[in-house]
Amino acid sequence: MTGLFSEVFLAALLFGAVTAAVPLLLAGLGEQMSEKAGVLNIGIEGMMIFGAYLGFVGAYYSGSLWLGFLVGALGGMAVAAVMALLCVRLGLNQIVIGIALTLGLEGLTALLHHFQFSRSYPRLPAADKTPIPLLADIPVLGPALFQHHLVVYFAVALVFVMICIYRRTQLGLNLQAAGDKPAALDVAGIDVIRTRTIAVLTTGALAGLGGAYLANVGAGIFIPFITNGAGFLGIVLAMLARGRPLWVLFGALLFGVCLSLTTAMQVAGINMPTDVIQMLPFLAVMIMLVLFGRKASLPAALGLPYERGAR
Amino acid sequence: MSVETTPASATALEPSLPEGGRGDLVRRLVMTLGPILAALVIAGCILLAVGVNPLTYYGFVIERGLLSPLGVQQTLTRMAPLLFLAAGLIVAFRAGMWNLGGDGQFLLGAVSAAAAGPFLVQFLPVWLALVCAFLLATAVAMLWSLLPALLRAYQGVNEIITTLMMTFLGTSLANVLVKLAFLDPSTTVPQTRTLPVEDRLPRLFDTTISSGLVLGLVAIVAVHLMMTRTAFGLKLQVVGANPRAAVHSGLGVPTLTIAVFAISAGLAGLAGAVDILGVQGNVRADWNPAYAMAVIPMVFLARMNGFAAIGFVFLLSVLSIGGESAARRLGVPHHFTLVLVSIVLIMLAVAEYIDHHFIKTRRV
Amino acid sequence: MTNASSSQAGGKPEIVTLERVTKRFPGIVANNAVDLSIRAGEVHVLLGENGAGKSTLIGMLSGLQQPSEGRILVDGVPTPITSPRQALALGIGTVFQHMMLVPTLTVAENLLLGGPWWQRPKSEELEARVAEISRTLGITVNLHAKVSDLSLGEQQQVEILRALLRNSRLLILDESTSMLTPKGIDDLGALMRRLVEQGLAIVFITHKLKEAAAFGDRISVLKLGRKVGEISPQRLRARSENEIIVEIVELMFGRKENDPEEQDRVARAFPVETTPLLEVRDLAVPATATAPGLASISFDIRPGELLGIAGIDGNGQKQLAEALAGQLATSGGMVRLAGESLNGLGVGERREKGLRYLTDDRLGEGTVGTFPVSINFFLKQIGTSPFWRKGVEQRQEIDRRAGELVREYDVRTPSIKTPIGRLSGGNIQKILIARELAEGVKAVVFNKPTYGLDLANTLATRQRVREVAARGMAVLLISTDLEELLSMCDRIAVMSGGALVGTVENSGDARTKVGRLMIGLAA
Repeated sequence: MTGLFSEVFLAALLFGAVTAAVPLLLAGLGEQMSEKAGVLNIGIEGMMIFGAYLGFVGAYYSGSLWLGFLVGALGGMAVAAVMALLCVRLGLNQIVIGIALTLGLEGLTALLHHFQFSRSYPRLPAADKTPIPLLADIPVLGPALFQHHLVVYFAVALVFVMICIYRRTQLGLNLQAAGDKPAALDVAGIDVIRTRTIAVLTTGALAGLGGAYLANVGAGIFIPFITNGAGFLGIVLAMLARGRPLWVLFGALLFGVCLSLTTAMQVAGINMPTDVIQMLPFLAVMIMLVLFGRKASLPAALGLPYERGAR
Repeated sequence: MSVETTPASATALEPSLPEGGRGDLVRRLVMTLGPILAALVIAGCILLAVGVNPLTYYGFVIERGLLSPLGVQQTLTRMAPLLFLAAGLIVAFRAGMWNLGGDGQFLLGAVSAAAAGPFLVQFLPVWLALVCAFLLATAVAMLWSLLPALLRAYQGVNEIITTLMMTFLGTSLANVLVKLAFLDPSTTVPQTRTLPVEDRLPRLFDTTISSGLVLGLVAIVAVHLMMTRTAFGLKLQVVGANPRAAVHSGLGVPTLTIAVFAISAGLAGLAGAVDILGVQGNVRADWNPAYAMAVIPMVFLARMNGFAAIGFVFLLSVLSIGGESAARRLGVPHHFTLVLVSIVLIMLAVAEYIDHHFIKTRRV
Repeated sequence: MTNASSSQAGGKPEIVTLERVTKRFPGIVANNAVDLSIRAGEVHVLLGENGAGKSTLIGMLSGLQQPSEGRILVDGVPTPITSPRQALALGIGTVFQHMMLVPTLTVAENLLLGGPWWQRPKSEELEARVAEISRTLGITVNLHAKVSDLSLGEQQQVEILRALLRNSRLLILDESTSMLTPKGIDDLGALMRRLVEQGLAIVFITHKLKEAAAFGDRISVLKLGRKVGEISPQRLRARSENEIIVEIVELMFGRKENDPEEQDRVARAFPVETTPLLEVRDLAVPATATAPGLASISFDIRPGELLGIAGIDGNGQKQLAEALAGQLATSGGMVRLAGESLNGLGVGERREKGLRYLTDDRLGEGTVGTFPVSINFFLKQIGTSPFWRKGVEQRQEIDRRAGELVREYDVRTPSIKTPIGRLSGGNIQKILIARELAEGVKAVVFNKPTYGLDLANTLATRQRVREVAARGMAVLLISTDLEELLSMCDRIAVMSGGALVGTVENSGDARTKVGRLMIGLAA
């Protein structure tokens, strides 16, 4: 009989971990950029669920997963645009708007789902996996880690793109200034609002893409509230990673392992109540926060709207 | 460096301040009703988009929630847990703490009451059993807020994230308790043992309204009086309005923080208990009415004023009960309530912005 | 009153001209029909006390605000300056009073801020240009240092450098000397001289007459939003420094007098045997990433004595005040008030024992801006009788006593229910003073009590401080205004780098001694 340390279990666990990690990774990278620029984006869960819904709808009606991803990302960006208008431009409270957007979109997507799919619960066909040559041939680890949908590789590559942006480009400097001392950026002649808007829109696109991946590839279906806190987990990742994209990747993988334990255990024939396993990622979060919460550093201007000339 | 804390009261949505004047009253009415009307219109458009006539929907809501005698009684009954939740949120928000863990605290309080109630009535007089169940629910919910409270008080960790995470944890834990620890073996449907109807909270006079309503009203009035008339309440308000001034004035901020979370969570636990012991009788598996989130916009609309909150909670209750009826007749699921309430919150923030920027403050 | 603006031919070219510029805010006219001509090769001093409208003018020149009336001409052409970016493009560079550098970035990164966002930062180009400017002007900066590691004087140099890198033709320095040692001020003056010799125009804002007279080629005097006079280069060259000061005083205050802020101090004698009222021994506070620590601070204050703490801002003065008040945890040392140790007591308890702390941050931590005046009076006494009985608020008691205090301290407010944030700085300060001097006061720590106040309130506040000492309390006066300390204190201690580097009796050559201590020399 298969057990906790069998090959089957390990393979299922790792494969599931990577799949589960991708939405978290994308959400975390997106949130990290927003936070660097000084915007606390609580609405990210709303962006993800909207991206998941649109991604599913797009893929379902067009037959193309890629169209679904595109639509999902655009949907996330649309929500982010609302957030940018209300919070960055008008200066409304970021937390209140974020909560409102998240709740509203969760309700909206559940509503729409009810009218469209609640009778049929359609599924998408399983997504194509693209193996990385050579690496995919490693026994056990190969198919688990190196045989995934292209979006997975994109997400990992994005980590390094972010590192490059933050360290080596003018945009990276602008973002950090916007978060640490927006007045200095303003005086240097750069539009603080535009810089923060870029960050927020990017977050929306990444979160939307993450949601679309979750629905289309991870689950193959959209059900209401499917994100189940993935966006908030992304916020935790960004908080703990202290501005380093690589740490977002590690954290995402860690949480991914927790999330994929349910399916892995079922595959391995171990019987543990789903609810208990579902607690694991959040338990892991709380432990991390207890251990490292004090050191989680956030930019000084986080959560404060920028008003030129305000004393 | 610890995480930035963003006080709940440092929003444009300020708690109500004493200011006189007739013109002021008109302004405040417009600022409160305006967002509601705007939200009704926008949400109505969404209904149109899915092929439902908004006027019909709103009509059904009012018909059942407000006009029908049975429906009104249900509305008033539904107010009980909502009032407790509102009271808890007022305490937290006025003190500048974002307690978003209300739903988790609610569920754990409910499960505690559901487990204790049927058990205790077997050998205690009913009233004593109920009181004990209430106390247990409060204690459990308070405990559930302890970790976020400590993290905020001593490590400066932002409580938005911690309380949200505890909600997810709490929801799963509640399910585990229902399905494993307190499962009723005599039914096929997974739920806790049911408290017999005659042992639940008594009804008011000849109606079907649960006396929980009275408890809820007492709770929210008590909270309002505490916040506005006592030294403790003033201390909480200082912490919320200007945490640095609180330190400068010698207020023990960490202790106050823990106290605030305890009170807020305790009230949320009581909300759960009052719903179970007054109406539901048991907790079904995967049951989560998510009341706490829906109450948040109501508390903001009321500008954290307890008496105003009663009115808005009543409106929410009408929407909730009426919405359930409309769900059956029009096929619009209860999620619509969440959508409508979120739009209200956004419209309210926009209204505050307009208010703030067209009414300048002057220096003396 | 001289109101002629000298625009004779043969003068230096005008770069920027303000014509009848007016700026209104709700309830206040910050600038009223101001005419100003700024010329290349000249240090144009804008002189005025706090509230005269200097900072608002600067805001308009840097693109942060727009005039309500009047116009700004650049090179003779009316040009609305609508954003900081445009101001930079026009060649106007501003060094603000509060640092505008990103503390978490290096000097080089700060200087590179402002390029288009898709590009790689051009660091080699930057290094070359900086080297060139450093050579000609004698400014030295370490491009790779993190800004948060630099001293305030060094940060200011970086900001000046940034303006020069942007090819500024007009450099505006807003109250730049408040963070500098006396030597640093002289260095800045020399730098300004070199810059104008190269053809730059400089606008130098200050409220200190001596600096205006020493550094300016042309002085415009502002008072309550209006320009009340201008002193041309010819007159400045023709007169001595003291004559200029007298003339300026006449412009500002309409009477022939010395600097009104100067007041004769009656030296007081303290018999050596008097037991100190406040004793501090080896007080130590650990340093943090953003704040200096305290190293073994010791001093005594006798009853009725006024001890001043001089030093550049950011050298531990705030930490000392907070440590004494109980807001900051100490890592060693002892504080004794009237013979009783305060160690281990919290903020509220120390206050009750009689140690009071008047913070410099009135709105940030001293008050709750949205609360009414009445509550703010008793913010530090919440729960105590007679204002609260058994935890319940006694509204009449609070209102009654608040009304009394408002009258006693001459607070101008529409009512005691007005949110305190609406009051002017001076009135808020009166309320804070009233609060800290409430019953049971034995020792008071004043942290920059006159900062940001206009002249009338400054004098009134100083009078109160003297009265407190006269009543026999121990007074610690922390201030960055050396003249203020010299005019009021019995002794002056100097803080530098978190330590007390020396204490001086306030007599005769105290100014020189304190100046020396501030720059690290022995008194």
